[in-house]
Amino acid sequence: MRIAIVDESASRASVIEEGLSQLPGAELFVLTGRRGLMARIEEIGPDVVLIDLGNPSRDVLEEYFAVSRAVARPIAMFVDESDEEAIGASIDAGVSVYVVDGLAAGRIRSVLDLAVRRFNAFARLQSDLAEAKGKLAEREMIDRAKRILMQSRGVGEPEAYAELRRKAMSSNRRIAEIAEAVVTAHELIGPGKEGTE
Amino acid sequence: MTERLTIGFLPLVDACLPILAHEHGFAEEEGVALAFQRDMSWATVLDRLLYGHTDAAHMVAPLAIATTLGRGRPAQPLATPFVLGLNGNAVTLTGEMAAKVAEPGRLADPAALGAALAVEARVRKAAGRRLRFGVVHRYSSHNYMLRYWLAASSIRPDEDIEIVTVAPPFVADAMETGEIDGACVGEPWNSAAVERGVGAIVLATAQIWRRGVEKVLAFRAPVLEARRPAAEALVRALRKAGAHFVDPANWEANAAILARSEYIDADPRLILGAISDRLVLVQGGEPVDYPDFMFQHREAANFPWVSQAEWLYTQLVRWDRLEFSAADAAAAARVFRPDVYRSALAGTDDLLPGASSKVEGSLARPTAVTAQQGSMTLANNAFFDGRSFDPDDLEGYLASFA
Repeated sequence: MRIAIVDESASRASVIEEGLSQLPGAELFVLTGRRGLMARIEEIGPDVVLIDLGNPSRDVLEEYFAVSRAVARPIAMFVDESDEEAIGASIDAGVSVYVVDGLAAGRIRSVLDLAVRRFNAFARLQSDLAEAKGKLAEREMIDRAKRILMQSRGVGEPEAYAELRRKAMSSNRRIAEIAEAVVTAHELIGPGKEGTE
Repeated sequence: MTERLTIGFLPLVDACLPILAHEHGFAEEEGVALAFQRDMSWATVLDRLLYGHTDAAHMVAPLAIATTLGRGRPAQPLATPFVLGLNGNAVTLTGEMAAKVAEPGRLADPAALGAALAVEARVRKAAGRRLRFGVVHRYSSHNYMLRYWLAASSIRPDEDIEIVTVAPPFVADAMETGEIDGACVGEPWNSAAVERGVGAIVLATAQIWRRGVEKVLAFRAPVLEARRPAAEALVRALRKAGAHFVDPANWEANAAILARSEYIDADPRLILGAISDRLVLVQGGEPVDYPDFMFQHREAANFPWVSQAEWLYTQLVRWDRLEFSAADAAAAARVFRPDVYRSALAGTDDLLPGASSKVEGSLARPTAVTAQQGSMTLANNAFFDGRSFDPDDLEGYLASFA
């Protein structure tokens, strides 16, 4: 079974590719470029095409399938009504799937399930990354707020941190939010720049 | 009570009304909160609508009809209570082609340009390199307008030339690489090709059909029923947004909003050109004023005339080479829901047409027609070839093209 993975995100494409490589008898082709996409697909002659929902080439791809259905290799969209749920899951995951008409339903299902799982895993990975970045930014904010308090009040680091925490607890907010308020207030009305910056 | 509606859209200027209804608080005034889902292909806009990621969508009108009739996928009835606008697209040719068949820097006469293109099409076909045009989707108004014009100019769109699908943001690229000789696309993508110096705008689709139906607000039919009060509130908010949109005092501010990265993500100057009906046709040229290039509000432009849905059905039959079917025609006609539009605006001072269907292309000059509250004026709505469309005789109309 020849599977084409069309995705402009090379990192996501490789995550999908790795997942699908578990499938016995699957030959995988990753297409990340936009130019000459249809020519490449024609060359490959895939049985299954996976394309991410955000891909601007989707309409072009569907048109190609609609036309080629009439002239050569019949490629139909994967929209057997009995599989509504599976298709819904793939749309939720952010991938659309096209298959050659007549491919055994069981084989399609395993490709689809794996692809969905991989898309979801990639999305989780990205949100973890975003969260980690957010945490890093929060830590930096807290450090800056501490320096401001240490300077303006002439206290040590533990006291500055304790002050932030006290304020957070008493106002029922997170320390990072208090820190942000301190930094913002300092930028607006504070005496010059903090520290050596 | 505020109800939330998520609206899918493609980054095009004619997604303006829902965006402005949100940004200027018209939606909130009517008790609906809008959220947006920006996508890059009509296939994805449609998938998200069908699988419930969105409640409504900005959609090329023919796609709403095609989806209802099950073209290319199992049939799912869609319903549109509001036409988001008329026209707003243009035909852009590569610099080389424009110099051959038109006067770059001026909008051409559609019949004369068609005749010149017909000559060029024959030459290129004989050379084994057929002229190639890009459209945004098989089921788009762009495709139907382009085909209508070409066919009436003695160019058979599927035999004498080629029409291919190109995503709007890549039209300029495709012209630059010579992949296509021209395109029919919405703004700001014609202007983007002009700005890059790879194409010249030669025709506005409003020159092909002066009042051609373009994008619609589409719901899944059962969703429209289930969320009828919210949908009607949205219709009222969109009418208010339209009044704001067409007021010249707001053009600059609205262009700036629409240009933002979460919406169209394009140069506000280009968007302003489309909004104000002033387009730069060739690189470095002066803006040319073409009134009603985009038509989003006046003359009940948003009213979903059943006759418009039926016209779209005839074009689908024509270009998908189907047999006429009375059942399909009826299903297509039901996609447009003037009843919902009327009930949404009853009790406001908005003018509501007295009829729900009209002979399209029959008015050569401003004409007073009956409204529910007296009369209203509809201007010239002609097709460039002078043909008119009588919704009482779909088969006769189709036969006239044979």
